[in-house]
Amino acid sequence: MSLAAVVMEEEGRSKLVSQNGVVDLKERNYLGVSDCSSVDSCDSNLPSLCDEKKVNLNLKATELRLGLPGSQSPERDLDFYSTKLDEKPLFPLLPAKDGIQKNVVSGNKRGFADTVDGFSQGKFNGNTGINVMLSPRPVVAQPNTVKEMPSKALQERPCAARGTTGHNHAGAASIAGSQPASKAQVVGWPPIRSFRKNSMATASKNNNDEVDGKPGPTALFVKVSMDGAPYLRKVDLRTYTTYQELSSALEKMFSCFTLGQCGSHGAPGREMMSESKLRDFLHGSEYVLTYEDKDGDWMLVGDVPWEMFIDTCRRLKIMKGSDAIGLAPRAMEKSKSRS
Amino acid sequence: MNYFPDEVIEHVFDYVVSHSDRNSLSLVCKSWYRIERFTRQRVFIGNCYSISPERLVERFPDLKSLTLKGKPHFADFSLVPHGWGGFVYPWIEALAKSKVGLEELRLKRMVVSDESLELLSRSFMNFKSLVLVSCEGFTTDGLAAVAANCRSLRELDLQENEVEDHKGQWLSCFPENCTSLVSLNFACLKGEINIGALERLVARSPNLKSLRLNRSVPVDALQRILMRAPQLMDLGIGSFFHDLNSDAYAKLRTTILKCTSITSLSGFLEVAPFSLAAMYPICQNLTSLNLSYAAGIQGSELIKLIRHCGKLQRLWIMDCIGDKGLGVVATACKDLQELRVFPSAPFGNQGAVTEKGLVAISMGCRKLHSLLYFCHQMTNAALITVAKNCPNFIRFRLCILDATKPDPDTMQPLDEGFGAIVQSCKQLRRLSLSGQLTDQVFLYIGMYAEQLEMLSIAFAGETDKGMLYVLNGCKKLRKLEIRDCPFGDTALLTDIGKYETMRSLWMSSCEVTVGACKTLAKKMPSLNVEIFGEGEQADCYVEDGQRVEKMYLYRTVAGKREDAPEYVWTL
Repeated sequence: MSLAAVVMEEEGRSKLVSQNGVVDLKERNYLGVSDCSSVDSCDSNLPSLCDEKKVNLNLKATELRLGLPGSQSPERDLDFYSTKLDEKPLFPLLPAKDGIQKNVVSGNKRGFADTVDGFSQGKFNGNTGINVMLSPRPVVAQPNTVKEMPSKALQERPCAARGTTGHNHAGAASIAGSQPASKAQVVGWPPIRSFRKNSMATASKNNNDEVDGKPGPTALFVKVSMDGAPYLRKVDLRTYTTYQELSSALEKMFSCFTLGQCGSHGAPGREMMSESKLRDFLHGSEYVLTYEDKDGDWMLVGDVPWEMFIDTCRRLKIMKGSDAIGLAPRAMEKSKSRS
Repeated sequence: MNYFPDEVIEHVFDYVVSHSDRNSLSLVCKSWYRIERFTRQRVFIGNCYSISPERLVERFPDLKSLTLKGKPHFADFSLVPHGWGGFVYPWIEALAKSKVGLEELRLKRMVVSDESLELLSRSFMNFKSLVLVSCEGFTTDGLAAVAANCRSLRELDLQENEVEDHKGQWLSCFPENCTSLVSLNFACLKGEINIGALERLVARSPNLKSLRLNRSVPVDALQRILMRAPQLMDLGIGSFFHDLNSDAYAKLRTTILKCTSITSLSGFLEVAPFSLAAMYPICQNLTSLNLSYAAGIQGSELIKLIRHCGKLQRLWIMDCIGDKGLGVVATACKDLQELRVFPSAPFGNQGAVTEKGLVAISMGCRKLHSLLYFCHQMTNAALITVAKNCPNFIRFRLCILDATKPDPDTMQPLDEGFGAIVQSCKQLRRLSLSGQLTDQVFLYIGMYAEQLEMLSIAFAGETDKGMLYVLNGCKKLRKLEIRDCPFGDTALLTDIGKYETMRSLWMSSCEVTVGACKTLAKKMPSLNVEIFGEGEQADCYVEDGQRVEKMYLYRTVAGKREDAPEYVWTL
């Protein structure tokens, strides 16, 4: 059996002993990624590189500090960014804080815990219209989480607050690659004057309402019309990264018109429709998604790369299939002549 | 000792202008102290709690201009709870009582009430200039009082204040015989203003050199205003939103051609896309351009505009300009001295500006001495290059949006990069750090940053040694502000005499305990040591071993302050 195979098989759990004696190998998880990226391997008492880090972890954890054992400080989360060591606390924290801790060990996954954490870090002190995360996720948990904090033992609170800062940092680091728009926020970071922060929020809102097309770097709202619908909608193209996402969002938005259920009108995402009905909506032959480009021509959506599409799209239109006949070939000619 | 009559010495002192020089003069001997205090007209107080208003007035009876700063710097980032302090009323009251002939008042991060503004406007006959930066607590009613009562008002400059808009007619309160305005900046006001009153005011102010409008002034009014004030040198455009095909826009383009004196341009709080071309004719004269509030301008338009601005010395923009755009700046703006790049959304446009943009700037703009740069990432190599290219930095503030991000190329902390900056830039007075940083960077700062006066640290360091390197090494340090760093009691207490040489120290979310703060306060009666949390009662800190959430200490001769709110515990 080759060394590599042993490593893979055993998921880095055991010391590798080759015929030549003890080999000081890096512990790898089953993906072949070095170092202890899995929580379990760090916990086990095994001689390996992981131990070195675990020793460090031990030292830090046993360092005389105030606050709960195992609570994290900012510098510990530095490694996390490089997805090396997953620092799991040696002692489980109080139940209320488990949610907060979770985001550290969850790798790049962003769970609800992250959201909660982000909100609790928002430190709802009344002027945090901006500090509070602007994610569209339901935020019900937030006020309760924060308000609970003062009522806990005073000793915990400063540490918890700072602990969450650290966690948020981990949270922020962990999701840096995935969803930048909804990063967990730390109070007062980045250091921008509140006046400026508030102005940015107002400005992007105003620009979106008044300018059709490209109001600014923060949002790109375009009108979406559908044949036969009584009113138009607007979507922010920057919240999507692929055609699929846009298509699904539009499906949800306009489904009420085709399926005859126009009950509660509201922001996209709130209509409770079954997936299967929606899926057929745009992919079926009945409707075609088109857009008007900078030159004023109506093009079929999907021909050009997403970035190019965002750059040139001025408005969207969901056309009835019968009207759209003949559109596709023309779109291809156009993109050919462009490129 | 004194071979000259007092009048001669006074005359000589007139030539000594800077605050620090005048402070030095007053220390030479008793008679110089006496002469200096009676001739001093401008006083700067960096911390309004360091001295009492009465003492100020007593020492400088001839005071004409007062600059006051209130809240700690981190209040800008919501780290100081509401109601902490920084009230200007006692100052105005004391000045008014003593019959000081105040002419100029400049306030930063202070709480200014309408009552204070009214008292101000009624108490000083010769009052000429009011500058409020990042202040709060007043409404347009207060402004109305200033407009109505200050007969010789020359300057009303409101920068980034939180002003409650009462939809009154404050602009109309400038009397018809007020013709002395030189500078009017109300860009931060959110409400409507009386356009007619504004136009009439501009028409009767022949000395108006600086005018910054708010969002509510439409383009046609702007055009009429520019027609009346071709002598303007500093223009802040509120709304630049219009139909590109309209008459108003066409008229504006023609009018702008006449504005050959404009050297500073800002605002564009609302802007129609592709409309900046109207500004091209004046770009070549611009030395200062602030588009950091112009969310509506796209990177490509920004770049086109900046290509025309060959004389630019100061540039404030948003990161939508991108690294490539900064490359254009580097080519076009060889005289650039100050650059600020702000994030266009609190968490930035992913990848908008990186270390590449900064390196490009450093290669093209060798005169750069002030930088504020929000970016997504930074590398040691880039910082080392920048340090080599621009050794003249006085202010270097780098904010990596992910506060503990290491060098993405090497995964190393940014110690070496910042180390290069402090080593190369021998005149560095202000530094803000970010990114992954160990104690090493503080060792470098302590060793090399000899002129450093202000240091801002966040999420950095490993042990108390970091903070100690700085306290021991930076002899000229005046302000140190630290948040979320693992510095604790040892760091705080090792060199307590140092704090008397500094204006203030801020530490929040660090490892400092109540007990240490108490010890410090006891040993150093000349310091006010304030600890507070997030709006809780001050007596929640009962145990010495408890960690302090926020601590702000500053030297003072005024003793414990009377106006601290309940949650502030002055030890």
